[in-house]
Parts: sequence; structure tokens; C-alpha cells
Amino acid sequence: MSEFTYLFRGRKTSGSPEEMQKHFEKWVAWFKELGAAGRLKDPGRPLEGTGKIVNGSQKVVRDGPYAEAKDVVGGYITVEADDIAQAVELSKGCPILEAGGSVEVRPVQKLNV
Amino acid sequence: MELTEHLFRHESGRMVAAVTRIFGMHNLALAEDVVQEAFCRAIEVWAFRGVPENPSAWLMRTAKNCALDVLRRERTARTFAPELGRLLESEWTLAPVIEDAFRPQAIKDDLLRMMLSCCYPQLAEEAQIALILHILCGFSVDEIASALVSTNAAIEKRISRGKKTLAKSKKLFDVTAPAEFSSRLPSVHTALYLLFNEGYHGANPEFAVRSELCREAMRLTAVLLQHPQSAIPRTYALAALMCFHAARVPARLDASGNLSSLFEQDRSAWDQQLIAEGLSFLDHSAKGSEVSEYHIEAAIASVHATARGMEDTDWVKIVSLYDSLMTIRPSPIVALNRAIAIAQRDGPERGVEEIQAITDRDRLNSYPFYWAALGEFELRTKRYGAAHGHFRSALALARNDAERHFFGQRLQASQAAVHS
Repeated sequence: MSEFTYLFRGRKTSGSPEEMQKHFEKWVAWFKELGAAGRLKDPGRPLEGTGKIVNGSQKVVRDGPYAEAKDVVGGYITVEADDIAQAVELSKGCPILEAGGSVEVRPVQKLNV
Repeated sequence: MELTEHLFRHESGRMVAAVTRIFGMHNLALAEDVVQEAFCRAIEVWAFRGVPENPSAWLMRTAKNCALDVLRRERTARTFAPELGRLLESEWTLAPVIEDAFRPQAIKDDLLRMMLSCCYPQLAEEAQIALILHILCGFSVDEIASALVSTNAAIEKRISRGKKTLAKSKKLFDVTAPAEFSSRLPSVHTALYLLFNEGYHGANPEFAVRSELCREAMRLTAVLLQHPQSAIPRTYALAALMCFHAARVPARLDASGNLSSLFEQDRSAWDQQLIAEGLSFLDHSAKGSEVSEYHIEAAIASVHATARGMEDTDWVKIVSLYDSLMTIRPSPIVALNRAIAIAQRDGPERGVEEIQAITDRDRLNSYPFYWAALGEFELRTKRYGAAHGHFRSALALARNDAERHFFGQRLQASQAAVHS
């Protein structure tokens, strides 16, 4: 069993209130499904869409993230899966995909290699 | 924790109204953006952290914070609500003013104020209804077009023109001006009455969609009843009327999902709790001296709702109520319903005579239930050929499958009678 972190990018911004609520309910269902299958290692955190970027040896501070909304990381969780293929498969249930967003699946490095 | 059904949609109206009070009616679109942002944040935060104990309060608080961000960002470029004016310009006053403006006591009447704003008399009734559904009930243009069986383009146009008209007044309707309040209230009654009827009799083939429209009309009528100035006998009469009709909704479709007329409905399926509620509203409606069309319609509906069957129905009383309705608000439809009641009281021939005596009868030509009523009377007087012709006209005018099936059955019944 290995750990994988999902980075969620993008967000659902358009839709009627009813559609927004339906979208939220899909998130709940997906988290529940991961939890019930014993896959959810760390339920993670949502991130604000704004912040600061500190850059280079000059330690230049600027407002960010400046990327387009669809590239901004909106949150992360960590799951447990047999291998990357399974982790990818599990990520396909994420509702952010239906809203045009993406899930980046990253294996968490093991300490004792 | 699970969210209650339609929570976002219902909160949307309250939030848009509250933010619009600060931003001004001319910035309605900006207020809608703020509310959308609050929903986006709710999805992100709640998905990870779970639904908070009081989701409605969480949403309103988030809308308030988003509104503050917008005010800070836009205050040099835009003007907001005229009555708050300069207070929003300085950081000293901005935060406390917004804090104060979102107190539970302060936002309590915002939905009502927005409702009164939407029923601007210079707007056509159909535009008022579209605005109510959009702003107060949180339906999108697509959802309204599909519920009202219209095109997106038509609804879009109706709403955007309506919003432009509303924007001229800049501020939300003032509920503290008694004279203006009382003169605006009848338009609200009419709009809610029409919204309910759209659900009850409307063209949408989906029963669930139409029930939803009825529920929205009832929810907004309940808002009127919470405010002392709008909780008047007329409003109670309207609420009673809606309860009696809504009580019969579960019986309007039979076991196989087909439309069932009042004559055949399984009365045990009527919602007794709604009938009781309707009777209590009817009591309240009698507290003044005024008798409105809603009073009479509610009284008629109450006679039906409390009768054990078609035979036990007090048709004498119903006919006399229709007589009163004809003096207050004459229309070919009311006259048709009166004729049906007279046929029940005095026999089908009298019904036919009464229909023939309706002034403006040609306005009923496109109304399928007009032909169906004539067909029923002819069927009962055993003039099967004439009945057959009328049911065929009704069938040709049917607006959805349920109506087509219903008239088709009556057509077959008259056909079978011809051959027997």
C-alpha cells in the first residue's frame, strides 16, 4: 500500500444554485466512497484562491497565484492505493473533473527507501 | 450532515436580496456574483470540512465577506446603495456599516422587499413572475424556460429587460412606507396567484416541476404572512386557496400516472393537513370586511375540499359563490366554471345553456377544458355524436401527454357510447 496526494485544480463557478448544490453533493458522495473503502488517508484542506509567492534568493514577494483560475490549486487530500494505476482510477470519481478541473496524482515519497 | 433539499436555491433569494440592499438595485448582477462566489466557497470548504451546524448562517456570513471585498475593490469606480452612500467610502465606517446591515434583524425583511421590488407595476405580469423565479427562487434562465415551457431566449429577454427596469429605482422597496406598501401588495398577490396557477394548471408535462412551482408560490406567500403589513385578510385568503388546491395535488394523478378529474379523484389521497391549514387561513381571512376574489375562490375550494364526494358537494353554495366571483372578477374561465357548477346543480342541459350564454365565449376556443366540459354535458344528455366532436377538439388542443391521454379516454368513452 502506498500513499498518493491529489492536488485539485479549478473550481465550478457557473451553474444555478440547484446545480451548485448537486455538485457539492457529488463531492460528499465521493469523499464518503473513499472513506468507506478505507482509502482516505488524510482528508486534506481547501486552500484560498489568493496568497503570496516568495521567489528566489532575492526573496521577492508578489501576489499570487497568478496562474489562471483553472491552474490554481484549490485543495489537496492524501489517499492510499496499491499503485499509481489504482490511485489514478480512484481519482476519476472526483467531481472537479466534471467542472473542467483536474486532479494531479502524486506518489508521496517513502522515508525508508 | 445532509443539506436540506433546495437549500442553495432557497438561500440564494435571501442572500441576493440582502447584498442588493447594500449594493443597490442597479448592481443586482454584482450581488448575484457575490452569492455565486459564496456558493463556490461553500462547496470547497464543506466538501473538506463537512457541513457547518448552521449552513444558512454560514452562507450569509460568506456573502457578507465577499460583499465587503467587492465594496473595497469597487468603491471608487461605482456608486452603491444611495442611502448608505458615503458611509461605504471610508474604511472607518465600511466594516461597521456592513456588520450592522447583515444583523439577523436587518436582513429579516429583505426577501419581502425584493418581492415587492419585483412586482413593479410597470412590468408585465409574466416579467414579474420570471423575475420572482429568478431572483427570489434562485432558478436559472434554463430552469425557468423549462418550467414555463418557453424558450431560453424569450426568458432571458424577459429577465434582462425586467432587471433594467428594476435598476432605475436603485434601492430595494421600502417596507416602512405604509401607503406604498399597501398599493404594491395587490401586484404581489397577483404574481404569486399566477405562479401557483402556472404550477397547478400549467403546460409543463412534468408533474414534479409543476408541483415545485406551487411550492415556491406557497413559500413566498408564507413570507407575506410573516410581516404584519402584508399579513392581511386578502393574503390569508390567497394562502387558504393555495392550501386547498395543493391538498388535492396527490390525487390529480391516478395509480397509473394519468390525469384524474375532480369527479373521479380518490379523495382519501387528499392531504388532510393542508386542508386543515387552509381552513385555518380561511378563518383568518374573514377578519376584515373585505371580500376579494381570493376569498371567494378559497371558499369554493373549501367546499370541494371538505365534501366527502361529488354527490355530497354543496353545489347550491358553489353556484352562488361563482355568482359573486362573476361580479368581482368576471372572465370567460370563471363563467365556464360557474356553468359546470350549474350543470351539477340543475342538470347538463342547463350547463350547455349557461355555456352558450357566456360573453366572449370565443376566447375559450383555445382552452381544451372548455371543449371537454361541453363534451361531458353532451355525453350526459346522451348526444354522443356532439360529445365526440367536442372531445376531439379538446384532444387537438391538449398541451401535454397527461392531457392527451385524459381527453383521449373521454373521446373513446363517447365513441363507445355511439356504438352501443
